[in-house]
Amino acid sequence: MQPNEALLTVDDLCVEYRTPRGPVRAVDHVSFSIAHGEVFGLAGESGSGKSTIAHAIMRILHPPAVITGGHVNFSGDDVLEMDGDELARFRWRDVSMVFQSAMNALNPVMTIGEQICDVIQCHLRLSKADSMDKAAHLLDLVGIERSRLAAYPHQLSGGMRQRAVIAIALALNPPLMIMDEPTTALDVVVQKEILQQISDLKDKMGFSILFITHDMSLMVEFSDRIGIMYAGEIVETADAHDVFNNPQHPYTRGLMSSFPSLVGPKVKLTGIPGSPPDMGKPPSGCRFHPRCDQAMAICSLQRPALREVAPVHRAACHLYELTGVTPRTERGTL
Amino acid sequence: MIDLDDHPVVLEVRNLSKRFPVGGMFGKQQVHALNDVSFSIRVGEVVALVGESGSGKSTTARLIARLMQPSSGEILFKGKNMLKVEPRGASLGYRNRVQMIFQDPFSSLNPVHTIGHHIARPLLLHHKVQRRRDREGRINELLAKVGLNPPADFASKFPYQLSGGQRQRIAIARALAVDPEIILADEPISMLDVSIRIGVLNLLAQLKKDYGIGYLYITHDIASARYIGDKTMVMYAGHIVEGAESSELMEHPSHPYTQLLLSAVPNPHSLDQPTRLETRGEIPSLIDPPPGCPFAARCPHVKPICREVMPSTTMLSADHWVRCHLYGSDNSAAQPAA
Ligand SMILES: Nc1ncnc2c1ncn2[C@@H]1O[C@H](COP(=O)(O)OP(=O)(O)OP(=O)(O)O)[C@@H](O)[C@H]1O
Ligand SMILES: Nc1ncnc2c1ncn2[C@@H]1O[C@H](COP(=O)(O)OP(=O)(O)OP(=O)(O)O)[C@@H](O)[C@H]1O
Ligand SMILES: [Mg+2]
Ligand SMILES: [Mg+2]
Repeated sequence: MQPNEALLTVDDLCVEYRTPRGPVRAVDHVSFSIAHGEVFGLAGESGSGKSTIAHAIMRILHPPAVITGGHVNFSGDDVLEMDGDELARFRWRDVSMVFQSAMNALNPVMTIGEQICDVIQCHLRLSKADSMDKAAHLLDLVGIERSRLAAYPHQLSGGMRQRAVIAIALALNPPLMIMDEPTTALDVVVQKEILQQISDLKDKMGFSILFITHDMSLMVEFSDRIGIMYAGEIVETADAHDVFNNPQHPYTRGLMSSFPSLVGPKVKLTGIPGSPPDMGKPPSGCRFHPRCDQAMAICSLQRPALREVAPVHRAACHLYELTGVTPRTERGTL
Repeated sequence: MIDLDDHPVVLEVRNLSKRFPVGGMFGKQQVHALNDVSFSIRVGEVVALVGESGSGKSTTARLIARLMQPSSGEILFKGKNMLKVEPRGASLGYRNRVQMIFQDPFSSLNPVHTIGHHIARPLLLHHKVQRRRDREGRINELLAKVGLNPPADFASKFPYQLSGGQRQRIAIARALAVDPEIILADEPISMLDVSIRIGVLNLLAQLKKDYGIGYLYITHDIASARYIGDKTMVMYAGHIVEGAESSELMEHPSHPYTQLLLSAVPNPHSLDQPTRLETRGEIPSLIDPPPGCPFAARCPHVKPICREVMPSTTMLSADHWVRCHLYGSDNSAAQPAA
C-alpha cells in the first residue's frame, strides 16, 4: 500500500430524500478522498448534508433517502455495489462510526461495561476477563473512571456517554473512523485530551478519519485537509492551514469571521446575513448567491464548478473563473 | 454594558447539593454530583456555566427545572422557596416561567409528533393562543426566528427528518413559545455552525433585552460564554470553583482549573506551534470522593491543606470570587457566592 494512496474515494455522490413535497437533494455531486492516515474534516452549515454523506458511506441510509448517483470506493472496492456478506464485513471490520446522536446511541438497559465488552467479544473474540480488561483500558483512554463500567447510560452525563461511544469505536481499531460531531458535549480540556489520544493511536495504527464538526477552530487544529459544505455541495477544499489563513469562497470567509473571541473588545457579530436555503427549492446558479456580498450577474444563472484556485486548494465560485482576478481576501477576526 | 446590579433577582439557588446512589445491592456508594452550589440570576441577566464534562452542569439545570429533588439546598423563585411552596413537584405556572432546553436534541423530541405539534403543545398547555389561526401564525413566527425556513414546511416535518442542528433550533423555539422568565439552556447551540450560532446567540441576547429573560447558559464554547454571558461560572467535579464578570474571568482566570480550561481552547492561530497538554491529570472521582479540593490531584500548585479541606469562597474583587487555597486566608468565613 502506498502511503499517499486514497483509502476512501467519494466520487460525484448524490443523495435525495423523496419527501411528499418532492425530492430534496441533500447531497449534490460531492467528491473527495481520504488518504491512509489522513484526517479529512467536513464542516459547513447545519443541514448542509454532512451526516447524510457519512450515512451514505456506511450504507445505512433508509427510505425516503435514495443514493441517486456517484461512487464510493474503499480500498479498491465499490461500497455502493456491496451486498450481503461483503457489506456486513465492510461495516464490521473496515469502518466504525461515532454517530452525531452518540449521546443516546447506547442501550439504556445495559451497563457501559457490558456494552463495550459485547462489542469487543464479538469482534475480537477475547475471553470475558480479557475484554473487561480492555474495556477498562478504553475508559481510561477517554477519561472516565473505571468504576463507571457498572453504570447505566442514564447515570452518566452527556459528555460521558459521548466518550463511551468513542471508546467503543476505538475498540475495533478499523482502517476508517467516521466521527460525526463527536465532541459536542465535551469540555475543551477533555476534548483536547481525547483528540490527542486518538491522534497518537492513529499515528501508531495508521487509520484514517472522516471528522465532521461545526467547531471551525477544532476542525483546523485536528484535520489535515478540510472540505466546506454549503447546501449539499462542497464549495471549498484545501489544507487545513489554507482554509484558515486564506479562505477563498465567500461562504468560508463568512464562517471564519463569525467567531466570538476570547480576548479583545467585545464586538457584536452578525454572522452571515440571510438564512440557509430551502433545500426543496434551492436557489438557481450558485446556491450561496442570495447571501453573497460579492454576487455578480452570472452567479444566479450558472453553477460554478469546483476549480483549483491555488495548489491543492479548490473553490466553487465565479470570482475565480475570471482569470487573473484575485478577490480581496481578508482574514476574519478570530 | 448595562449595570445589572439593580435588576431584581429572579432565581436564586442556595447550597444546592445532589447525590445519586450507585452500585451494589445496598446502594451504599454515592455519586456526589453537586456540592454546595449557590448563585443567582437577575432579570435580564445571562449567567454562563462552563466546566468539566460530568461536573454537574446538567444536574444543576435539572434541579432548577424541578425534574428531580435536590439532596439539600434551596431554590428561590422571586424570593419564594419553591421546595417549600410546591414540595411535591413544580406547578404548571413554575414550569411555564422556567423553561429548559435539553442538552441532547436527539432524545428530547418525540418521534411520532410533527415539529408543529411540539411547538403547539406548550402554546396550548399554557394558554398562550386561543384560535387555531393564531397558533399557526405563532408557530411559523417562532420557527422563522430560529432560522428554519420556510417555517410552514418545517412545521409539518417529523424529528427524524431534521439534522442535528435543526433539532437544536426546534428545542429553542419551543422554549421561547411560552414567554418564560428564566431559560435554562443546556448546550443549546453545540451542533450549530458559527454563523447560525451567532444568529441564535444574538436572538437570546435580544430577548433578554426586550423581555428581561434571565438565562442559565450552559456551554463548552467558552468564547460564546463571554459573548453573551454577563457572568461566567466555572464548574469542576460538582463544585463551582470560580465566578466573575465574563471578560474579567477570561482575562484574569484565577483558579488553576480555570487556567487549564482556558489554555485548552482550540486556537488555530497557534497551529504552527501546537501545544500539547501536559501530563493528563487524574480523573476526579465523584463516587465517595476524598476530602479537600477535587482539583488537588492534578493541580500544579497543590499544598497539603488542599487534600484536607475544601477551600471557602474568597472575593478577589467586587465581582470576582474563587474557591482555592492559593487565595485569601484559609479560615475566612464562607461568603455566599454571588
Ligand atoms: N428523513 C429525511 N427526510 C427528509 N429530509 C431529510 C431527512 N433527513 C434529513 N433530511 C434533510 O436533509 C438535509 C441534510 O441533513 P443532514 O443531517 O445530512 O445535515 P447535516 O449537515 O449533518 O446538519 P447538522 O450539522 O445540523 O447535523 C437537511 O436539510 C435535512 O432537513
Ligand atoms: N441518574 C443518575 N444516577 C447516577 N449518577 C448520575 C445521574 N445523573 C447524573 N449522574 C452523575 O452526576 C454527575 C454530573 O452529571 P451531569 O450530567 O450534571 O454533568 P454535566 O456537567 O452536565 O456534564 P456534560 O458536560 O458531560 O454534559 C456525573 O458524574 C454523572 O455520572
Ligand atoms: Mg449532522
Ligand atoms: Mg450535561
